[in-house]
Amino acid sequence: MSENGTKKRSFSVIGSSLPRIDGPAKCAGDTRYADDIVMPRMLFCRLLRSPHAHALIHDVSTRRALELPGVHAVVTGEDVPTKFGIMPSTQDEEALAVDKVRYVGDPVAAVAAVSEDAAEEALRLIDVDYEVLDPILSIEGAIEAEDHRIHTWNRRANIQKAVSFEFGEVDAGFEEADEIFEGTYFFQGNTHLPMEQYCALATYTPDGKLTLWSSTQTPHYVHRALSRVLDLPMGRIRVIATPVGGGFGGKSDPFSHEIAVAKLAMITGRPVKITLNREESFYVHRGRHPVKMWMRTGVKRDGTLTGMWFRSFLDGGGYSSYGLATVYYTGALQTVTYKLPSYKFEGVRVFTNKPPCGPKRGHGTPQPRFAMEVQLDEIAEKLGLDPVEMRLKQVVEPDSVTVNGLRVSTIGLRECIEKVAERSGWKDKHRSLPRGHGIGFAASSYISGAGLPIYWNDMPHSGVQIRADRGGGVTVFCGSTDIGQGSDSILAFAVAEELGLQPDDVRVFTADTDLTPVDLGSYSSRVTVMTGNAAIQACGSLRERLFEVAAEVLEVPADDLEMEEGRVRSRSLPERGLGFAECVERAEARFGTLGATGSYRPPRHPGDYKGAGVGPTPSYSYSAAVVELHCDGDTGEIHIDKVWIAHDCGRAFNPLWVQGQVEGSVYMALGEVLMEEQIFRKSGVHKIPSILEYKSPTTLETPPIETILVETDDPEGPFGAKEAGQGPLLPVIPAVSNAVYDAVGVRIHEIPVTPDKILRALDQRLKEPTVPDFAFPTPIRWAPGQGVEVPQKS
Amino acid sequence: MLRLPDFTYIRPRTLAAASSALEELGAEAMAVAGGTDVYPKMKRGQFTPRYLVSLGQVEEHRGLRREEGRGLWVGAGETLSAVAGHEVVRREFPALAAAAGLVSTLQLRNAGTIGGNLFVDTRCNYYDQSFFWRQAVGFCLKKDGDICLVAPKSRVCLAICSSDTAPVLSSLGAEAVLVSGQGSRQVPLDTLYRDDGIDYLAKRPEELLQGVWIPEASFGWRNVYLKLRRRGSFDFPVLGVAAALRMSATGTCDAAKVVLTAVASAPKVVEDAPRVLCGRPVDTASIEEAAELAMRVSHPLDNADMDYWYRKRMTRVYVTRALRQLTTAGETAGGPEAAPA
Repeated sequence: MSENGTKKRSFSVIGSSLPRIDGPAKCAGDTRYADDIVMPRMLFCRLLRSPHAHALIHDVSTRRALELPGVHAVVTGEDVPTKFGIMPSTQDEEALAVDKVRYVGDPVAAVAAVSEDAAEEALRLIDVDYEVLDPILSIEGAIEAEDHRIHTWNRRANIQKAVSFEFGEVDAGFEEADEIFEGTYFFQGNTHLPMEQYCALATYTPDGKLTLWSSTQTPHYVHRALSRVLDLPMGRIRVIATPVGGGFGGKSDPFSHEIAVAKLAMITGRPVKITLNREESFYVHRGRHPVKMWMRTGVKRDGTLTGMWFRSFLDGGGYSSYGLATVYYTGALQTVTYKLPSYKFEGVRVFTNKPPCGPKRGHGTPQPRFAMEVQLDEIAEKLGLDPVEMRLKQVVEPDSVTVNGLRVSTIGLRECIEKVAERSGWKDKHRSLPRGHGIGFAASSYISGAGLPIYWNDMPHSGVQIRADRGGGVTVFCGSTDIGQGSDSILAFAVAEELGLQPDDVRVFTADTDLTPVDLGSYSSRVTVMTGNAAIQACGSLRERLFEVAAEVLEVPADDLEMEEGRVRSRSLPERGLGFAECVERAEARFGTLGATGSYRPPRHPGDYKGAGVGPTPSYSYSAAVVELHCDGDTGEIHIDKVWIAHDCGRAFNPLWVQGQVEGSVYMALGEVLMEEQIFRKSGVHKIPSILEYKSPTTLETPPIETILVETDDPEGPFGAKEAGQGPLLPVIPAVSNAVYDAVGVRIHEIPVTPDKILRALDQRLKEPTVPDFAFPTPIRWAPGQGVEVPQKS
Repeated sequence: MLRLPDFTYIRPRTLAAASSALEELGAEAMAVAGGTDVYPKMKRGQFTPRYLVSLGQVEEHRGLRREEGRGLWVGAGETLSAVAGHEVVRREFPALAAAAGLVSTLQLRNAGTIGGNLFVDTRCNYYDQSFFWRQAVGFCLKKDGDICLVAPKSRVCLAICSSDTAPVLSSLGAEAVLVSGQGSRQVPLDTLYRDDGIDYLAKRPEELLQGVWIPEASFGWRNVYLKLRRRGSFDFPVLGVAAALRMSATGTCDAAKVVLTAVASAPKVVEDAPRVLCGRPVDTASIEEAAELAMRVSHPLDNADMDYWYRKRMTRVYVTRALRQLTTAGETAGGPEAAPA
């Protein structure tokens, strides 16, 4: 029996396309989202937001607001001055700005009133004395403004983090090259745009306990932040993540509005709720970083990579958020797709007076992947090679270590590439379609969960408890948060498979810090692998007791037992068995109340340099995409005809759900590559903070998508599974750009690829993106062979 | 969420009563039909009426019917879906079916009326924003401020005519019937628009649109509407081209009208187009000339989606395509069978 799931010839539940366990409630309108919660005596909160991009606050007067009938409390920065932030080393956020605002929309005060109308009216009665400062709105502006700082805690003005690495000998790599290619690229920022806006509700009961319901992806981190800012022990705080109507990374930070309602509930003793409107969601943001990039690649004449030097410049917005991780991620995963013998990476994230950027589906990796896959397409073109063949020749080997110390276990990239090429008719179409029609290819990789937690500790990343009921039901408790990706269903499937039950027999209880063991949250595509493994371990522990009892009753050895079809039975004599419920009763009679726990912590990777914490993961997923499109030469408009996408998901827990994740990723990628832009006016105000004017595709703009699932049965994955929620976004973006070149012969080095840019390029008027001058720190050097020896499996 | 402010809702049964209510209540009252534009604008503080005079109970502005000798009556209270799906409209005036069918989304077309679309408020990226946003940027001429943020030297507001159906009905020579307490009057639809983003309608505030007549003489004209927008769903036009041609039996063009939308505060008639199109067969040369003339009078500004130079350049492309469609596809009366999109 494998630690990662029962070794069976076939699975009974895993691999079947049953509907999700949350499906019926969602279809019937019965799911209770945060905003559906209504409580007696509930007050409504609104936040006063800064109209200035950059300003000092000299005074906030709440007197007039407090006099308004219906207003129960008003809090300002002075009431919650403790700084917080998702990353322990960059705690630079305030729930309500204390002495400075850093972007238009930065919260300054919070009101609790008997109605939203009264709360809104009260906001207009709060007098803030601002001293307006010049806003810094560009990467170049941030680097140049040495005497004009957005924050004071950071060493170099407006530089949040600058990193530099050299893996292997990059100079030697370039010397060995027959050709060297260089290019600059720009990836515009964009936002998550989930259907459900942010919402949170808090109660503070007379026993001195605080409860927060919130639409969050990370209840555990919110729990920690509330404790810190409100100065309450974690044991007196309960955080419940409500069903999340879409997150995509945007609900992964602790937020001002969560702290505000908690504080207001403590002051008023009444439930306080806040629901942000769509415009505010654009200000909360934490979306895709705008990144300027420069990439130099050395290749042999046959396309073999000899070295790569990559620079990224991230426009971080007003606060750190996850930015520390993001800057590393822009350089981490270039090495895990194709063999790269030497690699230099320099990255910097700057502060600007715009809403903070953070993690969005693919977190920091779609930008460099765009640069890299477009550059590889150009290299193949210049060398007269087929871009698919060129990549196939140098796919990373399984069970290998990359030049930057990442441990690759299984890799289905070759099969992904071959399948999309075959299904799309790549060979017949590439450079052969009529003018205006084009086909493009790209491939990519993503992590199945971050190898390290956000805060340093030796505890599990995910914990699961299960409890067996005398009636034969099983309840699973886990801190994981279903944000629509199906993580609750994953738990039900894993437990059902392990215990020979149906998913309907399993009740799933998640995302409640009082009742469920910690899971770090729904980010970094970690949940299936980590909760799945924890659930399997818990089931294994429960099963041992059940088998011990069953072995006696059935008079067969315990190692001959299996759990199938609701029974504990002999493998060799399948007619000899007893029902699950009966087995549970007998086991409870023997051992007392039945329960078990399981937990998971990812394996180490070889890299041991400072900064090696970003990139490691239990397993890498792989994707390859082919996009066919046509482009109107008069209007520059692009019509996507079809997307073929293959994804190495290790094993499809449920092919239907994986396909849903893949299609969702393709849809989101097309929005980013074709139209979405988080853009600002010269004053720093968001240009288009509405769902009408922030252009994102609808169902009508979504082309046919053919999804191909590749299974590699990863030894680290539960039943062999890897991630599927983020990786498939990555290859689509460069594949579109490459297809545009195939169609009309112009290279567009920036995202989004809009009709006006295509016309400019056709007129040879489109300027290449630029990158600023910046003095990066001396690189940290590392090469394979250094570092820690690690087993291939945790 | 953004809250809808309090207001008093008045439900008269006739247009005359509605008009009287508007006149009596003055600037604090607004008429509302489908409400698809009014209510969001109230939430954002762009419209701040204390009274809403609903046209929902009124019957006399409904109806879509052919009257021999008079033409096609299109009641202002008909929904955009009803207009787009009407048999005569689809057969004779595919441009109108297309324009009505391309407004926003299906749900909003089922609620929004053609009257509402003809008189829809002009749009601008500096104006179609929440109160918070406009306060942060600084208020503009059109609401609460005294400067045009698109062109600070401009004395008039430069918000854009964003109606899809207005250019089409203009190209078909439609006549509008306006009703007030003093009776009704019929005027060419064209004359109701003014190139001023604030006072964009040349009518008294209490005058209500009962409907439009597409005159008998317009039957048989080939007609088409092409719309530029980012997405094929949902979006307002950032350029619209309505073209109508009357072809003689010998194949020459007798009469022509090309009207643009979303390039000014009013629908923009390309005045010189008939000069180059009429009296000869419509061919590549005359199409190119007409398209060039259209581009010259097209003046998009940086206050809508997509770059203004791009929208200007697209004027030529879209006019060319519209005229080509009329001369190649449309041999039957009324032009192309399917509504072009």
